[in-house]
Amino acid sequence: MGEAVTQSAPVLRALQVTKRFDGFVALDAVDFSLREGERVGLIGPNGSGKSTFVNSLTGVFPIDHGSVLFNGTDITRLTAWQRARLGLARSFQLPRPFKSQSVRQNIEIPLMFAVGQTNPDRIAAEAEAILLQVGLGAQSRASPKSLTQVELRKLELGRALAAKPRVLFADESMAGLSDTEVDEVLEVLMKLNAEGISIVLIEHIMRTVVRFSERIVVLVAGKKIADGDPREVMSHPEVERAYLGQ
Amino acid sequence: MSGRAMRVATARPIRRRWGRRYLLPLATCAAIILATFAVADSFHIEYAYIASYPVFQYVVLATAWNILGGYAGYVNFGIAAFFALGVYTSVVNYLTLQLPLPLMILVSGVIAGIVGFGMGYLTLRLKGAYFAIATLAFAIVLNTVFNNWYFVGAARGVSVLRPPAPYFFGTYPRYLFGVMLGLAVLSVLIARAVEYSWIGRGLATIRDDEIAAECSGVPTLRLKLIATTLSGALMGMAGAPFAYYITYVDPASAFSLTTAVNTVAMPVIGGMTSWIGPVIGALLLGTLEQVTTVTISSALSVMLVGVLLVTFVALAPRGILGVVKALWERRPWAKP
Repeated sequence: MGEAVTQSAPVLRALQVTKRFDGFVALDAVDFSLREGERVGLIGPNGSGKSTFVNSLTGVFPIDHGSVLFNGTDITRLTAWQRARLGLARSFQLPRPFKSQSVRQNIEIPLMFAVGQTNPDRIAAEAEAILLQVGLGAQSRASPKSLTQVELRKLELGRALAAKPRVLFADESMAGLSDTEVDEVLEVLMKLNAEGISIVLIEHIMRTVVRFSERIVVLVAGKKIADGDPREVMSHPEVERAYLGQ
Repeated sequence: MSGRAMRVATARPIRRRWGRRYLLPLATCAAIILATFAVADSFHIEYAYIASYPVFQYVVLATAWNILGGYAGYVNFGIAAFFALGVYTSVVNYLTLQLPLPLMILVSGVIAGIVGFGMGYLTLRLKGAYFAIATLAFAIVLNTVFNNWYFVGAARGVSVLRPPAPYFFGTYPRYLFGVMLGLAVLSVLIARAVEYSWIGRGLATIRDDEIAAECSGVPTLRLKLIATTLSGALMGMAGAPFAYYITYVDPASAFSLTTAVNTVAMPVIGGMTSWIGPVIGALLLGTLEQVTTVTISSALSVMLVGVLLVTFVALAPRGILGVVKALWERRPWAKP
């Protein structure tokens, strides 16, 4: 199964991305592209390299080989904060809030540093608006320590959203949530996508991935084994064997 | 609304904010300096200035250390190196140009700041214990250099004669007291300004989670370099007048382990997340050290600092500030 047919120029491209940890090859020459406003699901069994791939594209890990292009510009050597300023945002598999700061202050950080806003009143007002958008308006002054798991996931999304991204990686944003909570987070992601943000959803809940994605990419043992229409990908024998254990 | 009325209406909040941000702290500082002088003068003995000097020196050192150690969470054990850089810059000046002390403080700050930037650039990619060990190694390397630099007396040290004190201050100890008090106020103002600025906000995110900070657009290395430069510069400035205070400088006094340990202990005991923590720690521990040194022995004062440090790390890791904050949150009259 080859690359999906691109209808517009890709906003993000990964070419032959390879990442090794000592002798272990976590990513093996992975190609990937993402169009403006596209919703892509990235799936694979545990240890398949999904999070490593996200870390490599967002600049958390330097890659050993290959290149990453954002809007046609090579960003392979840029740091994570430089990529965040360009418009590559992410949420983390395990929520990583800034615990010494309030919920609103967590949102203010990307507004200050990734977007470069300087007016404190405007920053505060915009942070409040983002909190309302992700459903955390009532927790604005609370400490992240007092938030529930679903609220922490929303805070992660809110913080990524505050960076005014063009591409958002939602890394297992729904892990451990109930069906209702999954729907809540999915609704937030759909709203963001409707605003033109390209979203890569890394998720284990297949029902959600299929519902959300326009295209699905499958990684197994650091290699891309499938990329295309969700239903086609899910019924592909190699995917069924590797991912679903059938 | 006429043009003039509109101008007045928009200017008022800006003036009010300017006043709150700058005028109030400056007026408070001036009042603190005058009041401290009045208290010290009221003793009518020169020892009051001599005993107060180390306390203010610790305020500068603890505050400077906290800019990197407290705000960003990077534990720097190279305090002695930066302090000694200031001390020996002063010694070199004494042996050559004999520039006035305020100018020397500035030069020491610049030199220690540049060295701080360099040390940061080389070591700030390390984290946790690795960073701490690298800074300690830096202090040891510098100690070895000064132990073997004969121009500044090498291991045997060098005597420094005090020049006449400026007229306004009367005696030289009173002058040194004023200089260090001024430096303490300046360092606290700088630390406070950093804490409430975008730099402080960024440093706090580094302390909380550096990877999440990077992914939120925070230029972590750049901010840490600003912190090491500022921190190093202030520590160097604290060292500059020391040669005239002690009048005999050798590597043992310039690279004193007690000074380094106290400088870390004070913010830990006072509280590291805000500018006021190191000030509280330095004033409490510095005063306690002076009192026990005079009344009992200097060895006991070192032991006391050790006991307090262990107690706070074990029982109140967020320091006095943390304890006060916890008590305040649990106040019985608070609304649920």
